Amino acid sequence: MRPWKLGAWLVLGLALTAGAMLTEAADPNTFNRLLPSAAKRNPPPPDDGIHDPVNEGTHMLQPPKDAFGQLPKAPSGNYIDWVKSLDGKKIQPRYDRIDTAAEPIVMDLNIVREVKGSMPDVVYPHKQHTEWLDCSNCHPAIFVPQKGANQISMAGILLGEKCGVCHGKVAFPVSECVRCHSKPKGDGAAAQKTGTTPPDAPKK
Amino acid sequence: MKTEVLGRLRRFWIGVAMFAFAAGGLAILAPEGNAEYADVVINNYSDKAGMRPVVFPHWFHRVRFRCKVCHADLGFQFKAGGNDINMVKIIEGQFCGACHNGEIAWSVENCNLCHSAVPNTPTQVHESTLQKLVAPAGDRKK
Repeated sequence: MRPWKLGAWLVLGLALTAGAMLTEAADPNTFNRLLPSAAKRNPPPPDDGIHDPVNEGTHMLQPPKDAFGQLPKAPSGNYIDWVKSLDGKKIQPRYDRIDTAAEPIVMDLNIVREVKGSMPDVVYPHKQHTEWLDCSNCHPAIFVPQKGANQISMAGILLGEKCGVCHGKVAFPVSECVRCHSKPKGDGAAAQKTGTTPPDAPKK
Repeated sequence: MKTEVLGRLRRFWIGVAMFAFAAGGLAILAPEGNAEYADVVINNYSDKAGMRPVVFPHWFHRVRFRCKVCHADLGFQFKAGGNDINMVKIIEGQFCGACHNGEIAWSVENCNLCHSAVPNTPTQVHESTLQKLVAPAGDRKK
């Protein structure tokens, strides 16, 4: 090979490398600059950054997407709505280690917590929680089973206290505000629902 | 004639090398993978023992069991690394060993199915809100 050809190859290689490194800087106005693309969600173990691709066992593990195909979607977390998956019997997780017929002891009791700020009040449904959990998981260590005995704040939740023991780690994260803050406040509710429509606007 | 063949071969290999070089450049662009939500890495003893840390995939287990089975019946605390799990306890049937006994799930002989994390990965719940607050979206490099 002639020296100039070798040089040309070298320059091409360097240009491609530099180009690849600079592409992000080259177009600062791309859409969704910081948003991880949907295709990158639920990566298979060898590509997820925590499993060691050099490890043989890593390649034998089930990729999440293989399991999630038929399950109802959610906007965050595993991108799976686990409560709907369970309700719709898309998954049938055992309630006992061995006994496949064991049924959960479900308690259908909503607790409404009036919040201080302008957010809608929180409705806590025991039903969905007791489908998954035992009373002893939360009571009395995390939540004292007594009205008014539990101080809960979003700051604490974000740091992993109270609801944050699970929500934000394994249950849906706190970015899904309205799944908890779901009860519009008192008389203001109707006004809030109409949004920006003035009271004298013509009815359709 | 012979020299021409040799020359072509050499050019071919230089081409391959250049391609690899360029591909390397592109690989730098590829974003770092994001762990599946709620995957827990447990590295209480693994690194010190010369094993890869353990990855516990919550999603895989919650498809098969309700939270209560592990967190109430088997005594797993709600804290990454907060359960003093070791192989002796597992072989005796505690913690993971309650199922990973060759009857309900595969047994402890399959070391590298659990001990599968990148060495030196710290104990943590991956993709948790707290982890994301500490390392915001713009700075994903760990």
